[in-house]
Amino acid sequence: MAKVTMAQALNTALRDALREDERVLVFGEDVGPLGGVFRITDGLTRDFGEQRCFDTPLAEAGIVGLAVGMAMGGFRPVVEMQFDAFAYPAFEQIASHVAKTRNRTRGRVSLPMVIRVPYAGGIGGVEHHCDSSEAYYAHTPGLKVVTPATAEDAYWLLRDAVGDPDPVVFLEPKRLYWSREDTDLRMRGALPFGRAAIRRAGRDATVVAYGPSVPVALAAADAAAEDGIELEVVDLRTLVPFDDETVTESVRRTGRCLVVQEAQGFAGVGAEIAARVQERCFHSLSAPVLRVTGFDIPYPPPKLEHAHLPGVDRILDAVDRLQFSDEPDTRHLVKGAVA
Amino acid sequence: MSVKSLRQTVQGLLPSLSPVRFVAEDGTPVARRPADYTEPPVEALRKAWRRMVLGRRFDAQATALTKQGRLAVYPSSRGQEACQIGAVLALRPADWLFPTYRDSVALVTRDIDPVEVLTLLRGDWHCGYDPAATRVAPQCTPLATQVLHATGMAESLRRKGEDGVAMALVGDGATSEGDFHEALNFAAVFRAPVVFFVQNNKYAISVPLARQTAAPALAYKGIGYGVRSEQVDGNDLVAVLAVLSAAVEHARAGNGPVLVEAHTYRMDAHTNADDATRYREDDEVARWRAADPVDRLETYLRSRGALTDEDRAAAREEAEELAARVRAGMNADSVLDPLELFDHVYAEPTPQLREQRAQLAAELAETTQAQED
Repeated sequence: MAKVTMAQALNTALRDALREDERVLVFGEDVGPLGGVFRITDGLTRDFGEQRCFDTPLAEAGIVGLAVGMAMGGFRPVVEMQFDAFAYPAFEQIASHVAKTRNRTRGRVSLPMVIRVPYAGGIGGVEHHCDSSEAYYAHTPGLKVVTPATAEDAYWLLRDAVGDPDPVVFLEPKRLYWSREDTDLRMRGALPFGRAAIRRAGRDATVVAYGPSVPVALAAADAAAEDGIELEVVDLRTLVPFDDETVTESVRRTGRCLVVQEAQGFAGVGAEIAARVQERCFHSLSAPVLRVTGFDIPYPPPKLEHAHLPGVDRILDAVDRLQFSDEPDTRHLVKGAVA
Repeated sequence: MSVKSLRQTVQGLLPSLSPVRFVAEDGTPVARRPADYTEPPVEALRKAWRRMVLGRRFDAQATALTKQGRLAVYPSSRGQEACQIGAVLALRPADWLFPTYRDSVALVTRDIDPVEVLTLLRGDWHCGYDPAATRVAPQCTPLATQVLHATGMAESLRRKGEDGVAMALVGDGATSEGDFHEALNFAAVFRAPVVFFVQNNKYAISVPLARQTAAPALAYKGIGYGVRSEQVDGNDLVAVLAVLSAAVEHARAGNGPVLVEAHTYRMDAHTNADDATRYREDDEVARWRAADPVDRLETYLRSRGALTDEDRAAAREEAEELAARVRAGMNADSVLDPLELFDHVYAEPTPQLREQRAQLAAELAETTQAQED
């Protein structure tokens, strides 16, 4: 076992993919000699050559559109969008072509390509550097959407994404790039692509989280345990495909559910999860499904992001509203409706 | 770079000052032949003329079928036959074509089954033909997005050491889209073997060219990216075929991309749903009728003794057979299975899509049952 950062795990995954399949290409802005602004592609051009890992002109629609043509031409492009909010120029290519080409050709043309997007906040980025853009992609049929929370998952989910016959939007939580864990990347875990992981078992409530929110949820579970409340933490790993089975099984067991996401709450992935849990687990629920999210504001500046991001306290406040003492949630109480 | 070599570089990228033309509107050869291009052999011109006759008949038939409700919509390319046929005949079978929704005649010329060509336009959800087998990408509805795909395909061909070329078709309106410019830039930087063929038919639905660009011609959009560019009389098949063949071979030889603008005219409205009288005058259309590409080539070939009454009769007969085939294909109701909508979203449907497929199947079964009761 060795200490590995998520950034190293991603770099190793790209190296192994480049080594094992000559159709794999890595390209984007600054991914060549510089190794990417987050150094995820560090050394790839040096070790695999300009033919396999190369810089492109600075144009995101161009990068993704080029990747579409190259995937049609038999390659397996892995492209990098430099930051979440810089990926928006590519959105037409992603929504109209990357996501739809298999369908538009009745299954005759598949686009095995990966769009890597460093996403979400917590790193003190200035404006346009910290959007949580996962809902745009998860809402688009035809895309698979992945977001790892551990170095081991970063490695294996990226390997799976590169090998997938369908296009994958691979969302890398920026603030976890430098988090270290003891892991042997050669040892594949038991969970297949598309399965959520139960990161901590607990009997009292299920906390569904993904990407950057998973360590926060685990910290909240530690704190709740001190008060005698055992939270089960589910790490989704892939938003699409969504693992209804693991989430549903957990909530039916615990009877309570919180969904945590960094993104603004309105029309977000957490809203979808809350709706699905409510539809499937209604008769097992002892309290409404609650969302713990960022606020419905443009992503705040570095000096204020701490006020926006859901932290341990916001999660614990929500735990308090899960009606363990059989008290109704006063936040949504209609005046005069309850005697 | 010295001033002299810089001047040579710039001049090598710039288009001719006026569109390249071999045959005048009245079908006579122009007085001064284009020095930089070779007239295609007469047999190639005879073949192209026959294809133009077939293409025009196909287009008229598709328009008629739309009026009868057999197609959901049809964007006609009547008047653009020299471009549609010239583009395809400049390519080899191993080359790739990236067409738009207005390029059905090019696809028919590429020998794709005409019923397959019209699949999308008759109201189905997919492109109808096999892009890999035909080396023709799905007809693209979003503007200029496929120009980047053509560039990516060309780059793939180059990297694999194949000598194939990709050609992207776009209209004048699409040259305002960002993807068009990104594609030119990427192709030039990578020296990708791609030909960008702009059919400037003067209107983007209703918006005239003057509202689209202030450039002297769309062909001048190449130089800013270091892309060799040319402009051609888009209603002169001889010129279109000569210029596009040279462009394709330039790209094939590893010299990088080429931008070609063809000056042509969309004789019909944007689609059957459009009313062109709201934005252009009849006498403008009449002026372009005099520049008709099919008549022009026919007159030219006859004057050279390369086309006879028998040829004409044979082509007309073949065109009527094609039209009959299109009518028969389109008049047979296509059967669409709603459940197939779930089958090609991913290689393997997600559990959620399986559930939704079962839900729709149950709904359809209930509807069928209700109809039988």
